[in-house]
Amino acid sequence: MTIANYLVLAAVLFTVGAVGVLVRRNAIVVFMCVELMLNSVNLTLVTFARSTGSLDGQVIAFFVMVVAAAEVVVGLAIIMSVYRTRRSASVDDVNLLKY
Amino acid sequence: MPPIQAPDLSYAALAPLLFVLGAAAAGVLVEAFVPRAARHRTQVALALVGMLGALVGTVLLAGTEEVTAAGALAVDGPALFLQGTIAALGALSVLLFSERALDPAGSAFVAAAAVPAGTVRDRELATSTRVQTEVYPLASFAVGGMMLFTAANDLLVMFVALEVLSLPLYLMAGLARRRRLLSQEAAVKYFLLGAFASAFFLYGLALVYGATGSIRLADIGAVAGRTGSEPLLLLGLGLLVVGLMFKAGVAPFHTWTPDVYQGAPTAVTAFMASATKVAAFGAVLRLLYVGFGGAADTWRPLVYTLAVLSMVVGAVLGLTQTDLKRMLAYSSIAHAGFLLTGVLGVDDSGLAATMFYLLAYGLTTLGAFGLLTLVRDGDGEASALSGWAGLAQRSPVVAALMTFFLLALAGLPLTSGFTGKFAVFRATIEAGAWPLAVVALVASAVAAFFYLRVVVLMYFAEPAPGGPTVGVPGLPTAVVLAVTAAATLLLGLLPGAVLDLARSAAVLVG
Repeated sequence: MTIANYLVLAAVLFTVGAVGVLVRRNAIVVFMCVELMLNSVNLTLVTFARSTGSLDGQVIAFFVMVVAAAEVVVGLAIIMSVYRTRRSASVDDVNLLKY
Repeated sequence: MPPIQAPDLSYAALAPLLFVLGAAAAGVLVEAFVPRAARHRTQVALALVGMLGALVGTVLLAGTEEVTAAGALAVDGPALFLQGTIAALGALSVLLFSERALDPAGSAFVAAAAVPAGTVRDRELATSTRVQTEVYPLASFAVGGMMLFTAANDLLVMFVALEVLSLPLYLMAGLARRRRLLSQEAAVKYFLLGAFASAFFLYGLALVYGATGSIRLADIGAVAGRTGSEPLLLLGLGLLVVGLMFKAGVAPFHTWTPDVYQGAPTAVTAFMASATKVAAFGAVLRLLYVGFGGAADTWRPLVYTLAVLSMVVGAVLGLTQTDLKRMLAYSSIAHAGFLLTGVLGVDDSGLAATMFYLLAYGLTTLGAFGLLTLVRDGDGEASALSGWAGLAQRSPVVAALMTFFLLALAGLPLTSGFTGKFAVFRATIEAGAWPLAVVALVASAVAAFFYLRVVVLMYFAEPAPGGPTVGVPGLPTAVVLAVTAAATLLLGLLPGAVLDLARSAAVLVG
């Protein structure tokens, strides 16, 4: 396996995540797609750390994991509060604000 | 492998940051241990001490130029100027949050955010005088993150600061006491789109790291100046810009702005519209000037396009709005475009002009949103334009102040808006981008139309029967309105001192 394969895999995962955010309707699934994007970034970072021979990329990946965990806490709290009111986590149902 | 060296920290240079983040951490403890009756006062005092302390700290540090924390933070003129601006805007926002005279229940924030909206318990709490105070530590953390954002000298710190400022804002957007469904909807939209945008920023970070082998802006700048248009580096730069422009509310990454500005509690909107914009542009300036200053030809067309799009979208869609908060949101999108014309200016004069514009715009916007909290009907603030018809007959003072702020946003002479616009447009023309300045002038004229429409509505329309009433503000809101109006006037009449300050501060260290 060459380094490039890992980068391509990460790019594919990132694209899958980005498309998922745009087409999926459930807020939880949208959020999971964002997490998929973050994890593809981690793969990219670790691959580049290997190719450049520095540890920075691995350290950054740890930071990304910690920040993603904090983001989960805040995000699920917000999604939960909406779900408890509306009994639905679909982003199509949150439609009071427009134009 | 060499052992890991502990970084050198210059605590003096970091004092403003440590002060405001310390106040935020103390605020969490206050929330847990101080009895409910004394909590509101304690939290307001603590948040104000933190932010005003940070403001004093940045003033005392004036003239510092150093890179600290192993190169991760740059404490220089622009960082300190913008940190001071953010701390001042943050302190004024805290005053708006602490207003207790306007809402019959004594606070604009929900008494228990975990209680589902519309339930029996929620209706009980909506009229009880119980207030919750978690918004103050959240605001302090957000201000700390914003101040870190403007000083971030490597991409990782920039990312962490982006999250530290965003996560509290997502929560604050959902804390309104009235119209809770709208508020929660704003929080969900802001959160999902914000997380999406930060994923783009992060992928950009990873690609730039791969292309240059470093995340330090100065090192990136050295490589970018040498290799210029390497595809990996350009792709990384593009993704980083997407992430930052989202935070700054620049079209075409603006779609969250009107919804979030309308749904969030008005005091929080004031905070987001002013302080977040300052922080986001601080980071944009540092990324583009320090990190990619040597490869300016690669990003200038991109920023040029974004500036034109943002001005046109903001000005044109602003015309069609029927809600004052949404209208001001589109106005903020147009202003983000004006700010980008300053970013395109030649180095130092563009930097100074953008910094001045951020200060002037932040204060005026804060004042305008502060005024919105005064005009109320039975269900909270009446931000629909129709409710503002004939307001001058009900309250000449509020109408006059609103007119003044709107004229400042439109950029009429004798207001800070004119000075700011003049400065950024001159920097643009000096940089040879005069077609952009022409677009900006036309967009200003179009935007002036929808500001003036509100003025005409307030003065020359008959008030609707049963329309909203104008509340009498308590001391905090009155102070905010007085300070922002005075600053808007002074920066228009006598801008010399502040312009000189911005000009002398406009030196980035890498």
